[in-house]
Amino acid sequence: MAARTTRRAFIAGAAVVSVLPVAAARATPATMAAAIEEVTGGKPVREGRVTLDVPPLVENGNAVPLTVSVESPMNEGDHVRAVHVFNEKNPQPHVFHARLGPRNGKAQVATRIKLGDSQRIVAIAETSQGEFFSAGADVIVTLAACLEDLT
Amino acid sequence: MTNVLINVPRTARKGEVIELKALIMHPMETGFRPGTNGTIIPRNIIERFVATWNGAEIFSMDFSPAVAANPFVSFFAVAEESGTIAFRWTGDEGFEAEESVAIDVA
Amino acid sequence: MTWREPRRRRAALLGLLGVFAGSLALAQGGADRGSVDGRRSSYREMGPALQRMQDDDTANPGMLFVQLGRQLWSRPMGVAGKACADCHEVQDMKGVAARYPAMADDAAGGSRPVDLEGRIGLCHAQHQQSEPWPAESRDLLALSAFVALQSRGQPIAPPDDPRLAPARAQGEALYRTRQGQLNLSCALCHDDNAGRKLAGITIPQAHPTGYPIYRLEWQGLGSLRRRLRNCLIGIRAEPYAYDASEYVALEIYLMDRARGMASEAPAVRP
Repeated sequence: MAARTTRRAFIAGAAVVSVLPVAAARATPATMAAAIEEVTGGKPVREGRVTLDVPPLVENGNAVPLTVSVESPMNEGDHVRAVHVFNEKNPQPHVFHARLGPRNGKAQVATRIKLGDSQRIVAIAETSQGEFFSAGADVIVTLAACLEDLT
Repeated sequence: MTNVLINVPRTARKGEVIELKALIMHPMETGFRPGTNGTIIPRNIIERFVATWNGAEIFSMDFSPAVAANPFVSFFAVAEESGTIAFRWTGDEGFEAEESVAIDVA
Repeated sequence: MTWREPRRRRAALLGLLGVFAGSLALAQGGADRGSVDGRRSSYREMGPALQRMQDDDTANPGMLFVQLGRQLWSRPMGVAGKACADCHEVQDMKGVAARYPAMADDAAGGSRPVDLEGRIGLCHAQHQQSEPWPAESRDLLALSAFVALQSRGQPIAPPDDPRLAPARAQGEALYRTRQGQLNLSCALCHDDNAGRKLAGITIPQAHPTGYPIYRLEWQGLGSLRRRLRNCLIGIRAEPYAYDASEYVALEIYLMDRARGMASEAPAVRP
């Protein structure tokens, strides 16, 4: 669900996100868009039919529960062929790619993902007719206080 | 033997849509984290998860380093026939894990 | 007509007290889960998604460690080739984790307070005659999680053993001592400021009701000892040595402070 990013929440999130020890490569909105285009082949992506369920505010980015569900009859002629999830600010733009078919009965996949920063997540559903639908959500990632010192 | 927790109903009615859940113990080291001496800890992730029902593939998922450690997956399947549902994980450093459950479909 | 007039001041103070009591009562409202006479489990400071993760045994990552612990429980170990199951019935473990730390006799013939991992470690060394596990060993934590699960839902019930009193007093003194570069004591955050925000996070009351916990920050299961070390690092204090008795002393005090609250191991925490 897209979160209304209030000013207070934004400041809290921005103040808390520490300088994360990530490698130089970093996804950007442009890298995410490029990764999406690689999957869709440039075909139009329409909003709708896809529900991306992820908490708007997460206490720790190491394991964020995420569920993607897609409205679809899931029969031989009309079903979801794949679910692709992308992120905007992790070191690389992919999250996961799932392959589905009529045997699933219900187009719903849940897992837990890592988010290195507050950012936008996008889920894209690919149908057996070759159409693409999407949903996005903004997630604010705070970090638990009192972290480990690995040394 | 890798630690795996599968959750699938033991019985189902024919045509019923059931939820299948699987948890596996794995560090899912991203390959982006620096270790204690500043050098990057090498990537070590599960790359692929495949589920089959009596040998036929019903679901698969390609993981990226953005999937959390000790990965959890939930998906659905139509119960069509009794038999064996098998889960298989493969990944970096030759990682392989497999677990099967029996299901009775009436 | 000034504040010095006793009647006016008393009325104002009573009024303030009324407002305080009213807002305190309002603040305590809500689901009673994990709340005993105003004490709140840290479970309640988590969002619904993490609470669901903890509650669902098919999704709680700590259950992977419980499963490992269940396997280790029956595995013969050490020179003696004995398994835990050879001496203990699983049902006898009900309520055990809820009454730790407790006194244990050590190899040298003395007795000292030990936490649950310490007790399991003593069995491993003395009865299984096995090499001790290293600190935060996955197998030890898995066994601890399996034993702690048997107390899930039970009230925390520290033993009424007078021999624990000195350690409890030491634990309380440590809890109240300011330390580290930030000159903070546990009490300052977890008693005086619990419920308020610190950098966007709600400060918990810090009742160790769910150990060993699956901490998302660790991406794995860990002990209260590890968490206390994180706290010490967080306030920029020198953490006590890993095997220091201070951790057990603190835990004795903290468990006494959490007396009556429900055990919820293996908990999930951020």
